[in-house]
Amino acid sequence: MWISNALIAVLRLLIGVTARWESPPDLSRQRIYFANHTSHMDTLAIIAALPPEARINVKPVAAADYWGKNRFLSYVSQKGLNAVLIERNPSAGSNVLEPIFDVVKAGHSIIFFPEGTRSAQALPGEFKSGLYRLGQQFSEVDLVPVYLENLHRSMPKGKHVPLPILCTIRIGNPLEKIGGEEKQAFLIRAREAIVRLSP
Amino acid sequence: MTLQDKFMWFFGAIACLLVIASVVGRVLARRATSESASATILNLNQRVNAWWGMVVVFFVSYQLGGNATVVLFSFISLFALREFITLTPTRRGDHNALFSAFFILIPLQYLLIGDHWYSMFTLLIPVYAFLLLPAVAVLSQDTDAFMERIAKIQWGVMICIYCISHAPALLLLDLEGFKGQNALLLFYLMFVVQISDVLQYVFGKLWGKRKVAPLVSPSKTVEGLVGGGLAATLVGGCMYWMTPFNFWQSLLMSLVIVVMGFLGGLVMSAIKRSLSAKDWGTMIKGHGGMLDRMDSVCFAAPIFFHLTRYFFSA
Repeated sequence: MWISNALIAVLRLLIGVTARWESPPDLSRQRIYFANHTSHMDTLAIIAALPPEARINVKPVAAADYWGKNRFLSYVSQKGLNAVLIERNPSAGSNVLEPIFDVVKAGHSIIFFPEGTRSAQALPGEFKSGLYRLGQQFSEVDLVPVYLENLHRSMPKGKHVPLPILCTIRIGNPLEKIGGEEKQAFLIRAREAIVRLSP
Repeated sequence: MTLQDKFMWFFGAIACLLVIASVVGRVLARRATSESASATILNLNQRVNAWWGMVVVFFVSYQLGGNATVVLFSFISLFALREFITLTPTRRGDHNALFSAFFILIPLQYLLIGDHWYSMFTLLIPVYAFLLLPAVAVLSQDTDAFMERIAKIQWGVMICIYCISHAPALLLLDLEGFKGQNALLLFYLMFVVQISDVLQYVFGKLWGKRKVAPLVSPSKTVEGLVGGGLAATLVGGCMYWMTPFNFWQSLLMSLVIVVMGFLGGLVMSAIKRSLSAKDWGTMIKGHGGMLDRMDSVCFAAPIFFHLTRYFFSA
């Protein structure tokens, strides 16, 4: 826990990390937070924006090719941030989302970036199908859109030092459930839910 | 009076003022009936509480010595520039220039004060940073609105680092018959600027009718400006005992501080508006951001510094 607390303290001093909730959240429910992805600080920023009692049960999803690259990153991500690592380029026949399914089944809330990679723009690009599959598999879990404001300005893709620019984490209301919705329609609607939160 | 006596009188008087303000705030809060009155008084009480915090911070930094004050102001610059850049649109191509501003210029400027290197302190930003920031930015080869982007960064650096750093730079002046007491001059400047803001606010709330510049800052009134400004000038004049000035000199200096502070508030308000924001930030409850509290200091500090240096140097 001390690692994430120390990281959160540094992050607050640097970029503020103010949380803005669209309406007071029901944190007793299991949730899948999905957000636009623009910097390496995104995961930590969302954790910092959550109330401490809600952090304990939250597992961010991180790419194994970056966060498992060396022992330091792997220690920080797994021990410090409680992350679940996934292979973005799995061997044939295996399911990328398998490790995520396991932790959601175990009752954890997760943080998930449906684009699958960082983008250079503030607004998210096209979503991959992962979010749809998670929604299908776990229909009782809330899907919560999150818009990360200014993080792409603080640390754009390819830059290694974050700038002290105040960032706001805008957390929306859970997506409405629509039975029998097409995959594409769902992904567009989910993306729109994030875009709508942007100022 | 010894330095220690002056210091205790000064902080004692401020503490008394704040106690009175806190008590009045409590009473008003109990008597408020309408919703808008309650909101105004809640804001007033938040402001008073923030003042308590600020006075404690300055008191502690004084007790820790001159270097602590310099470090304190370096953080004020950092938070001010952070608010300025947050509201100013920047692009990926500005990253290295901004990195230099935050992580090189701020520490360097305040190290120069700590090191008492006066000439370099006055040149670093207007000469070196002015030329090197665009030079760093140009290497990113993003020419879209290049001049606007770089001008905004230069303005931010000028206001938030250069201008604010002139307040603690008062510590490096060598003044006639005032050796070792410069910290008092810094408190004098901060106090006159802030009491001017407060008195303008109070006079404006009580008697304000005609607006000075409604399109820039709807809360500033002629009555507030003239009444509050003159009252603050008089208060500043009466504080000559903690400065190297006599009463009349102190009165004139206070007038300069009040006028520059007012202009600073107005200009920074116009910048804020052009960036379509109401407050610079949310750091100081009741006041807005760091820059909302420092906008008057930004304009008053450099002029006060140079007038004092020119006329009163040993």
